[in-house]
Amino acid sequence: MSGALLEVRGLTKHFGGGAHPVRAVEDVSFAIQPGEVLGLVGESGSGKSTIGRLILRLLDPTAGSVRFGGDEIATAPERKLKALRRRAQMVFQDPFASLNPRLRVRDIIGEALDAHGLARGRRTERIGELMETVGLPAAHMTRYPHEFSGGQRQRIGIARALAVEPELIVADEPVSALDVSVQAQVLNLMQDLRARFGLAMLFISHDLDVVELMCDRIAVLYLGRVMEIGPAEIVTARPRHPYTQALLAASPKADPDAPKLSRTLKGDIPSPMAPPSGCVFRTRCPYAMPACAEVVPPLRDAGDGRAYACILDSLPSRPEVA
Amino acid sequence: MTATHPEPLLAINNLEVSFRTEEGTVTPVRGVTLSVNAGETLALVGESGSGKSVTSLAVMGLLPRPAGRISGGSILFRRRAGGAIDLAQASASEVRRLRGAEIAMIFQEPMTSLNPVLTVGEQIAESVRLHRGLGQGDAMRRAREMLDLVEIPDAGRRVHDYPHQMSGGMRQRVMIALAMACDPALLIADEPTTALDVTIQAQILALIERLRREMGMGVLFITHNLGVVAEVADRVAVMYAGEVVESAPVRPLFHAPRHPYTRALLDCLPARAARGADGRRVVRSIPGTVSRVAEGCGFAPRCEFVRDSCRVGAIPLESEPDRVVRCLRWREIA
Repeated sequence: MSGALLEVRGLTKHFGGGAHPVRAVEDVSFAIQPGEVLGLVGESGSGKSTIGRLILRLLDPTAGSVRFGGDEIATAPERKLKALRRRAQMVFQDPFASLNPRLRVRDIIGEALDAHGLARGRRTERIGELMETVGLPAAHMTRYPHEFSGGQRQRIGIARALAVEPELIVADEPVSALDVSVQAQVLNLMQDLRARFGLAMLFISHDLDVVELMCDRIAVLYLGRVMEIGPAEIVTARPRHPYTQALLAASPKADPDAPKLSRTLKGDIPSPMAPPSGCVFRTRCPYAMPACAEVVPPLRDAGDGRAYACILDSLPSRPEVA
Repeated sequence: MTATHPEPLLAINNLEVSFRTEEGTVTPVRGVTLSVNAGETLALVGESGSGKSVTSLAVMGLLPRPAGRISGGSILFRRRAGGAIDLAQASASEVRRLRGAEIAMIFQEPMTSLNPVLTVGEQIAESVRLHRGLGQGDAMRRAREMLDLVEIPDAGRRVHDYPHQMSGGMRQRVMIALAMACDPALLIADEPTTALDVTIQAQILALIERLRREMGMGVLFITHNLGVVAEVADRVAVMYAGEVVESAPVRPLFHAPRHPYTRALLDCLPARAARGADGRRVVRSIPGTVSRVAEGCGFAPRCEFVRDSCRVGAIPLESEPDRVVRCLRWREIA
């Protein structure tokens, strides 16, 4: 896609060498348009957090290309990465671990400004603006992180990310550590900021309801590979990949009249050190056939804006394997 | 609900728990009243600071000593042999004897309750030797049966595994096997699936449900996850800032919540986001965070229906058929 803000092609990350590296990310491709929010959803070992770190070059990819605004990031030398980090920022899951406890909030946010030479001469004023943008009183900038609640700390993390006026935010499970009532506050804030600043986001989460709410498009990952990618409402309402279907059926609904959770998926997620041949999902797939072990299924265009990696042409609805 | 009995299996009445801290005494649990019948699952739901975990620790006699203690109320547990024992008054050794024999527990993190230097088979065998007086051979046979019961594939081989050789989901199954080994009347499950992926969570919830049905256990299921509550609960007690604010059977609680906190909490769920005038879907949120209040309703500082009378005295728990609500205004706002 031309005009994409971020374009990822064949992205691969292996940890450790030898005969059995951990295959964290395997041949992942997607694009994010300016102002668009793409959700990455998947369970443990799906590679979703690793992808977020590769895009910001907090990790070096093993193979593949990451183009940000047309510039290649995957192989760029360290000195060129500063420009990237001005344009793309990260918000982390744990608002307790990601803020330096010895620094006042003023200096946590100020560090980001100083690193890029921003707001010289009006540093305090700008920090106050950023605090108010995320719904915190500017007067609290002299406090330390421990003086804030979990939700307020996540707001500080967001203010720090916004300090450099980025075009892209990689948000890695930004509300997973928060209580439901506080989570709602932070989700609404992120929606407001997105609308106000035209931010694009890579929104990483294991929570399908959160991803569906926040994202324009969703990529469903399993063992480092994209199983299905497409518009959020289409993927969640009419999943085409057996894994997407199973993930939706296993997600608890806050409705006692909803059908009982499906246990379609037996067993555990295989080790990323020894992923199954062919389709990585086949060992837990209720529809697996011998052919699934032969080749890695390529992403197929479903004709409705979504693509899925499965050799089956259609899925029976909601299988029940007791 | 099966196996109804005139007396509840567990009846907590007006429970108060106090902790001594450097800043003085705090009471993270106040006036908690709830009951669990044999064969039913009561979900105790709340956010951080609600007191739900402290309540469960009090029932299990596991409050951190010497700082924490039960400072009021009673916890009546119906003994298998007949008669009830008040766990709030019982000696530490009496409570310890019940724990593992008639009351079993599972936690969020299996590694904290499994011994890393014993195989999972040895741990289950040790428990049944202790509680059932079985010999070594019978105990190991029982351990294999227990692993089968919790659907661990290839139990005959996995019985020799150490906990670190197993996945998180498998470890959670082992902890459940350990809890089930003595055929408990009451299972206390404190966020047992919170650390698990959803496809594994679905397996574990179904397993707990199957065991409850087959063994007729009462289950006190502590969770912050309303989706899990809707999945497992027969009845629900909602806690906020140390108090039960509402309790009801699961369907009325979700379909017609009465307490302003229960109502607002359900509205905070992303799945209930409503589309605004600009086409964007917005979730309702509750302003602020949990704070301790000196008197009146604990939710008053965040409640949209608050009025002056909510901030004074103690708010009584009002009983309706099948529901209790701790709110002065629930009838007029319903």
